[in-house]
Amino acid sequence: MVMIFGKPLPLLFGQLLLGIINGSFYAMLSMGLAIIFGLLNIINFAHGAMFMVGAFVAWGLFTYLGIGFWAALVCAPIIVGVFGLLLERAFIRRIYKLDILYGLLLTFGMAQVLQGLATNYFGSSGVSYNAPNALSGVLKLGFMYLPVYRGFVVVAAIIICFVTWFAVEKTRLGALLRAATENPSLVQSFGVNVPRLIALTFGAGVALAALAGVLAAPLYSVNPDMGAQLIDTVFAVVVIGGMGSIGGAILTGFGLGIIEGFTDVFYPQGSAVVVFVVMAIVLLARPAGLFGKVA
Amino acid sequence: MLEVQGLNAWYDESHVLHGLDFEVREGEVVTLLGRNGAGKSTTLKSIMGLVPRREGSIKFRGEELVNARPDIVGRRGIGFCPENRGIFAGLSVTENLLLPPIVAPGGMTIDEIHTLFPNLKERARSPGTKLSGGEQQMLAIARILRTGAKLLLLDEPTEGLAPVIVQQIGLMIAEIKRRGFTVLLVEQNFRFASKLADRHYVIELGQVVDMIPNHELGARMGELQKRLGV
Ligand SMILES: Nc1ncnc2c1ncn2[C@@H]1O[C@H](COP(=O)(O)OP(=O)(O)O)[C@@H](O)[C@H]1O
Ligand SMILES: [Mg+2]
Repeated sequence: MVMIFGKPLPLLFGQLLLGIINGSFYAMLSMGLAIIFGLLNIINFAHGAMFMVGAFVAWGLFTYLGIGFWAALVCAPIIVGVFGLLLERAFIRRIYKLDILYGLLLTFGMAQVLQGLATNYFGSSGVSYNAPNALSGVLKLGFMYLPVYRGFVVVAAIIICFVTWFAVEKTRLGALLRAATENPSLVQSFGVNVPRLIALTFGAGVALAALAGVLAAPLYSVNPDMGAQLIDTVFAVVVIGGMGSIGGAILTGFGLGIIEGFTDVFYPQGSAVVVFVVMAIVLLARPAGLFGKVA
Repeated sequence: MLEVQGLNAWYDESHVLHGLDFEVREGEVVTLLGRNGAGKSTTLKSIMGLVPRREGSIKFRGEELVNARPDIVGRRGIGFCPENRGIFAGLSVTENLLLPPIVAPGGMTIDEIHTLFPNLKERARSPGTKLSGGEQQMLAIARILRTGAKLLLLDEPTEGLAPVIVQQIGLMIAEIKRRGFTVLLVEQNFRFASKLADRHYVIELGQVVDMIPNHELGARMGELQKRLGV
């Protein structure tokens, strides 16, 4: 058997895949956080909860309405996105003029409420959600076995990240968003309804979290804490990548997933903290993050 | 075209404009002259709806705008070029140029703008803030020329620029006027203003204290210099 650094090759590939999968979720979630932070100046602590709600909505669509995975990939983000939009209009917009801490507290409270409601209705052990038949089974790649659904998640995540990056960096709507991030009142004086742009951006960021939640549903157990477990790492990713940089969030997300995966092979005790160690080092060397611009 | 009456404006507790009155007629270039802190920028921001609180009357083409949101003012056809130029660092030159939505027909086309400002074409892809100060100023004016806005509010377009560049900006504003735009210009440099403007309003402590037609400017230069403290 081929060995590298004393470890069998299939194990390394397995961990690489695991790292990329986790990285996919870090990337998708941190992108939404970065977009929301950039325009709203809100650190959305409810982002993990929205991810969880996305997974439960997919489950609910199937269980109560017989709507399957493919339709859920479209419907759940729309439902959660509209929900986010309403939250923004009802609550979040009231605190834009206040210190950033208020946004943090408000969204933290929202996350607690959503998680509490989910625990109340579904119990803390959660429910299970199956991958569609077309994506079940395992591919034999020679050097490793690849569960088809996992391969699908990685490809889907890469496409989602690319499309989001493209929309923000290369389109006219993205230019409005970037400009409004820098100077909202000037953009508004040009005739753009900036409050509406902000609400839509929050809805879109939250929809992105929900989309990641649907993709995660067949991989992990769908439970009220699934977002909370992930979100600490996602915040570290955003801090490392630099608040507000989409490309940075994507690269850092995948990169840290992979680092975490390999740490698990070579120094298992460290896998839970490696991301935070990296964060500490990056903050010492580059306080604005790897891809952040110093304000 | 624009009639401002009894305009008051506040930032939080500080009352900055105290009942300003002035008007701008279609096709005119009108300047607001005054010392630093007199309230010239605040006047332009108040017209755009960019101050926290204002009262009085701001009529544009007969429509009352004193309570209108900034995007509504922009949509009615008033283009704003702020004091710091407001070029977006995260946007390329072309993205900056194309950012303001078209609000009315009859704006300049991109080709016309590129003919008028060849630099903006050459540097189309570089980040907006990588341009020189003069180029940034031209970009800030150019981007409101294509929207169809007919009244342009320009806040100190010559501030901090070298004399050659100031001259270029002057030619630009003359060309803009020739094309039928109406301009409300804030200036400290009244020699520059005197070459372009039809009338001048002198602002002191948030009030209009004088209106000088351009042909009287020469005769009243001494008095004006004392007022502006130059
Ligand atoms: N954002 C602001 N907050 C509080 N006070 C301001 C603000 N902007 C300007 N001021 C004050 O309002 C007055 C008028 O300022 P401004 O309109 O910028 O003057 P000018 O453009 O004529 O130099 C000044 O006393 C200034 O200190
Ligand atoms: Mg000023």
